Amino acid sequence: MSTINYSDVEKQFETLQVLNTDGEIVNKDAVPDLSDEQLTELMRRMVYTRIWDQRAISLNRQGRLGFYAPVAGQEASMLASQFALEKEDWLLPSYRDIPQLVFHGLPLTKAFLYSRGHFVGGQIPDDVHALMPQIIIAAQCTQAAGVALGLKKRGKKNIALTYFGDGATSQGDFYEGINYAGAYNVPAVFISQNNHFAISVPVEKQTKAKTLAQKAIAAGINGIQVDGMDPLAVYAATKTARENAVAGEGPTLIETLTYRYGPHTMAGDDPTRYRTEELDNEWELKDPLIRFRKYLEGKNLWSKDEEEKTVEQAKEDIKAAIKEADQTPKQKVTDLINIMNEQLPNNLREQLEEYREKESK
Amino acid sequence: MAQMTMAQAITDALRTQLKNDDNVVIFGEDVGQNGGVYRVTEGLQAEFGEERVFDTPLAESGIGGLALGLTLNGFRPVMEIQFFGFVFEAMDAVVSQIARLRYRSGGKHGAPVVVRSPFGGGVKTPELHADSLEGLFAQSPGLKVVIPSNPYDAKGLLISAIKDNDPVIFLEHMKLYFSFRDEVPEGEYTVEIGKANIVREGTDVTIITYGAMVQTSLKAADKLAEEGINAEVIDLRTVSPIDVDTIVESIKKTNRAVVVQEAQKQAGIAATVVAEINDRAILDLEAPVGRVTAPDTVFPYAAAEEVWLPNDKDIVEKVKEIVNF
Repeated sequence: MSTINYSDVEKQFETLQVLNTDGEIVNKDAVPDLSDEQLTELMRRMVYTRIWDQRAISLNRQGRLGFYAPVAGQEASMLASQFALEKEDWLLPSYRDIPQLVFHGLPLTKAFLYSRGHFVGGQIPDDVHALMPQIIIAAQCTQAAGVALGLKKRGKKNIALTYFGDGATSQGDFYEGINYAGAYNVPAVFISQNNHFAISVPVEKQTKAKTLAQKAIAAGINGIQVDGMDPLAVYAATKTARENAVAGEGPTLIETLTYRYGPHTMAGDDPTRYRTEELDNEWELKDPLIRFRKYLEGKNLWSKDEEEKTVEQAKEDIKAAIKEADQTPKQKVTDLINIMNEQLPNNLREQLEEYREKESK
Repeated sequence: MAQMTMAQAITDALRTQLKNDDNVVIFGEDVGQNGGVYRVTEGLQAEFGEERVFDTPLAESGIGGLALGLTLNGFRPVMEIQFFGFVFEAMDAVVSQIARLRYRSGGKHGAPVVVRSPFGGGVKTPELHADSLEGLFAQSPGLKVVIPSNPYDAKGLLISAIKDNDPVIFLEHMKLYFSFRDEVPEGEYTVEIGKANIVREGTDVTIITYGAMVQTSLKAADKLAEEGINAEVIDLRTVSPIDVDTIVESIKKTNRAVVVQEAQKQAGIAATVVAEINDRAILDLEAPVGRVTAPDTVFPYAAAEEVWLPNDKDIVEKVKEIVNF
C-alpha cells in the first residue's frame, strides 16, 4: 500500500524567514530586491499604521469611529504583502485589512466612513482596483478566483490578491476558491494571515493540519508558509507568487504566521479569556517594527528623526481625515434607497417618494 | 418566424446575447460540451468557444463568487444553477454578495449577473430539484426575480435580464421547457422586467398567477367559461418587483381576485399580492381575495406530486367560492 502519510507532506512546509527578531538577515538567498527608498517606505507604512491603529482604538472608545478590527502585530503580514502589488492589481480584503486598502489607494476619510457605517465609505475611486472589506468569512476567496479569471480573459498582466484569516481556512468558500483558481489556472494569490485565533478559537482546533499552507496541495496550487512578523519574508513570498501568477504559472496560497496584539474587534472582545499573557509576550518579542527598525538602522536607513516625522504625519493625516469624515452629510433613507439599483423598481420608487415626504418635514 | 419550445427560446436568447455583446459569458455545471442537463446551452460552446461558454467545478458557491468576480473586469455573467434546489449552496454568493454589490459600493457598481435555473414540479425529479424558492429571493433586496410562462416571454425576458446592470434571478419551469411551442422572433427583442401580461381578458374575476400555473389557470378559465364565469388571467412574469398597477386596474373591472401559485402558502408571492391588493384596491372588492397554493410542506416526493401540486380543479373551486361569496 502506498498511502501518503500527511506528515511527509507537512515536513516540506518550512517557515520562510529572511530577517530574524534581531533584525539580522538569516536567509541571504531569499532577500528581496528592494531599493533603499523602498525599504524606508515600507518601514514608514508600518510605523504609520501602528499609530493609526492606536488612534483608531482611541477614537472608537470615544464613540467617534464605529466598527474597527485592530491590526497591531500584523503590520508586516499586511503591508509588506500589499507592497508587492502593482497599482492595477486587484485587492480583496477582509474587514481587518483596511490598511492594505488605504495603501492601495482608498482615501483615509473613506476608511473612517466605512468604520462609521456610512455608504460614502464604500464608494471606491474608479482607479483603485479593490472591493470593500468582506464580512462573510472566506466569501472573498471565490470572488478572487472570478476576478483573476477576468484578468486572464482580458489578457492583463495583473493579479487578484485576497486576504483572510486562519479561521477562514475552515470555510467551504476557501476550498472552493483555491480549487477554482487552480482549475482555471488564474493569476490569484491567497493570503491566509494566521494570527492563531479565529476570535477565540485557536487554530489547533480549526484543523489537524500543522500548516495552513499545505492546504494548497489538495487544490494543486503552490503553497508557502512565511514568518508573518518578518516584512522581508512576506514581501519576498508575495512578490514571487505575483510573478508566478502573472507568468501563467498559477495561484499561490501564502500562510503568514502572525499575531494580533489587540482584541478581535472593538465590539467587546476580551482576549484574556482565551490567550495567556505569556503568549502575548512571546509574540511581542517577534514584533515586525522592532526587527525592521534594527535592520534599517544597521543600514543607516532609519533614524529617530524619521520615526518622529512619520508619527507626526500619521497623526496629522488622521486628524484631517476625521475632520473630513465629520463634514460628510448624514445619510438619509432616500440615499440608501437610491444606491440599491441602477433603475429603481416600482416598489422602491414608491418608497422613495414616501421617504422624501417624511424627510422634507 | 420560428416555432420554438421554451428551452429553444432560452437557448436562442443566450445565443443572441453572446453574439451581440462580447462581455456575456455563460458558465455552470455541465453547460459546456454537454450543453446542460436540459440542453439549454446546447451548441453554444461549439459556436462561441470555451472562453465564452465553460464548465465549472461542481461547487455552486464558487459559481456565484466567480460571477461576482468576473463583473469587476466588465463581464456580464450568465451563471447556471443546475437545479434551483441547489441554490442553497450559493445563497451567500447570490443574496449576500451579488445582490449587495451595488449597495456596498455606495451605488457605484452593480453586478450584471443573471442566475438561470430550472425549477418546478410535475416532472418527477428527486428531492431538491423542483422546489419553488422564488419567495426567498423576492424577499432579498437587490434582486429581480423573473419567471416566464411561455417561449416568447422567456426569450424577451432573458435578453432584458442579460442587459440589466443589476442582478436578475431567472427561473425556468421544467414542465414548460418542452410542453408547447410558440412563435419566437429572430434576433434581439426585449420583454420588460416588472411588467405583467393579461393573457386572457375577462370581466367577472381576476386570476393572478405566474410560471407553469399560467397554463393551469387558463385551463381553469376555459372550464369556468363553460359555467358562465368570465375570468381574466394575469401572468405576473416578474415576481419581484410585482406589477401592482396591472393587478389593481383589473380588479377595478372585475371586483374579485384569486391568486394562484405552485409554491407553498406561507409568506410567498401570493401573500404579497394579497397584501398589495389590500393596500390599493380593498374598496373595489366584492369578496375576499382567494388563494390557491400548495400546502406548507416541503416539495413532495415524486410519486406524490399529482396530489400535492395545485391543479385546475382547485382553481375552479376557489374562483367559484369567491364569485359566489
